[in-house]
Amino acid sequence: MNDKARLPVGQEAVEKFGWLRAHRFLILRRLSQLFFLSLFLLGPWFGIWWVKGNLSGSLTFGILPLTDPFITVQSMVAGHWPELTALIGAVIVAVAYALIGGRVYCSWVCPINPVTDAAHWAHEKLGMQKGWQPKRGTRLWVLAMVLAVSALTGTIAWEFVNPISMLHRGLIFGMGFAWTFVVAVFLFDVFLSRRGWCGHLCPVGAFYGLLGAKSLLRVSAANRAACDDCMDCFAVCPEMHVITPALRGKDGDTPIILSHDCTNCGRCIDVCAMDVFAFTHRFDATPAPARDDRARSKPTPGASRAA
Amino acid sequence: MSAAKRINSPIDRRRFLKDSARGLAGCAVAGMGLAWLISDARALPAEALRPPGALPEDDFLAACIRCGLCVRDCPYDTLKLAELGEDGPATGTPFFTARDVPCEMCDDIPCVAACPTGALDKGLTNIDDARMGTAVLVDEEHCLNALGLRCDVCYRVCPVIDEAITLELQHNPRSGHHAIFMPTVHADACTGCGKCEKSCVLPEAAIKVLPARLARAEAAEHYRLGWEEKEKAGGPLVEGITDLPDRLPGPGTDNLETPGGFEPAFKVPGARP
Repeated sequence: MNDKARLPVGQEAVEKFGWLRAHRFLILRRLSQLFFLSLFLLGPWFGIWWVKGNLSGSLTFGILPLTDPFITVQSMVAGHWPELTALIGAVIVAVAYALIGGRVYCSWVCPINPVTDAAHWAHEKLGMQKGWQPKRGTRLWVLAMVLAVSALTGTIAWEFVNPISMLHRGLIFGMGFAWTFVVAVFLFDVFLSRRGWCGHLCPVGAFYGLLGAKSLLRVSAANRAACDDCMDCFAVCPEMHVITPALRGKDGDTPIILSHDCTNCGRCIDVCAMDVFAFTHRFDATPAPARDDRARSKPTPGASRAA
Repeated sequence: MSAAKRINSPIDRRRFLKDSARGLAGCAVAGMGLAWLISDARALPAEALRPPGALPEDDFLAACIRCGLCVRDCPYDTLKLAELGEDGPATGTPFFTARDVPCEMCDDIPCVAACPTGALDKGLTNIDDARMGTAVLVDEEHCLNALGLRCDVCYRVCPVIDEAITLELQHNPRSGHHAIFMPTVHADACTGCGKCEKSCVLPEAAIKVLPARLARAEAAEHYRLGWEEKEKAGGPLVEGITDLPDRLPGPGTDNLETPGGFEPAFKVPGARP
């Protein structure tokens, strides 16, 4: 293993660029999550009704309807054709995420993300084993299962258990015992399965991933020639398999991370002391030479400290 | 790439089949759990009423996305979203409890206007046509009016007074010379707003709004009420019917009271004697 790989994650970047720059996308992401949550809380807490509703469906400034497309699809599968307002709202949301990356919802908006990020932090602190790591296709199976149950029961099936709705609606309309779902996800991620919920099971993430499969906004390992194998990007990436094809690609391979599992969280950009990664668009054809073979240690994708 | 070769490899085919079987099995188990949970959550408690215009419960759970916009636009804070473990209805769906805050039956029905999906049916334009439930006088042993007193509160507060609730005069057999003003619900006019239940003066309401499934019976489809059919037809349904003699005590029997027999009290109109 490379000596640099033994340093704490992100230490080099912090030393080189300062703490703030080495955490800029993390900070922006937390601000974004807080922003979207507070938009919804302004009404019930301060009586400023700019946004009414919750992430399942909302009305902004009395004119802009937004609807969760996954819930809309479940509703249709269950046998209800929603009214035009809900359909328009779902199309607006779907188009937006199809452009900027479906899983941007996961990393920049979803209120469960801070919970599972905290769980991951605790998981590492406690030195837990990675535990159950379902196959990559598992969340697609869960997605199919949810749609099947919706069709068979004639209900919007996932909303009976969806921890995202439970937490978000709970904060805005009243929690009841919905917090138990949030705690369950936290404990699952800490003790049973590293990055288990968001990274392997959540059908909402799977749906948004498919939605943004051809999205424009992408992270690129444009400067991959400079990679010094510190493995920090693998350590921070919630979907680390997405990095390998881009970072370890040969000269002809695109340096752009094209996997629809990538959440565009930008954490790899933060922690890289060599400035390998940058946001770009999917048609960016700037040539990105691969690393010099001589400098390459045995490529063992995914075999980071975090593994 | 060697895609074609890979597909033909028996190892990969076997792995594919195995993985598929695992996925299907996992989905079946998880799906059964989810479906069981859903069937459990679908039982709407009797005291939880859906907002005006709500689709029948089975359709409602396919249509309601639990966004709470109806709750936000309800001017009287009647509606709330069900909280897990504290309220009966499916978590996050809108409902109200008549005894807590009844529906004030706004003319513009803002909750229906706010619903983006049609879970609250926009076809409801006159709030008097809403059918959130049906009021039932559940306890005549405690209802003050039924005891012969003059409370009348449920009747007075009814937004559809004299149509949904009337006071029917009855003899008071206890005193022998008073009247009972019995509150009587007429289901075809009752919206189920719950104002009667809310205002009942007893510690536990004697009149309650129940979902139609509990409050109402249903006549069998083949039942015909003869007197109604006759009125509709404007005359007897069968012409030239023979009115057979009624079997009444008459001559030749041992009837000593009226040896000549009785005249039948009712004659079939248009019948030959």
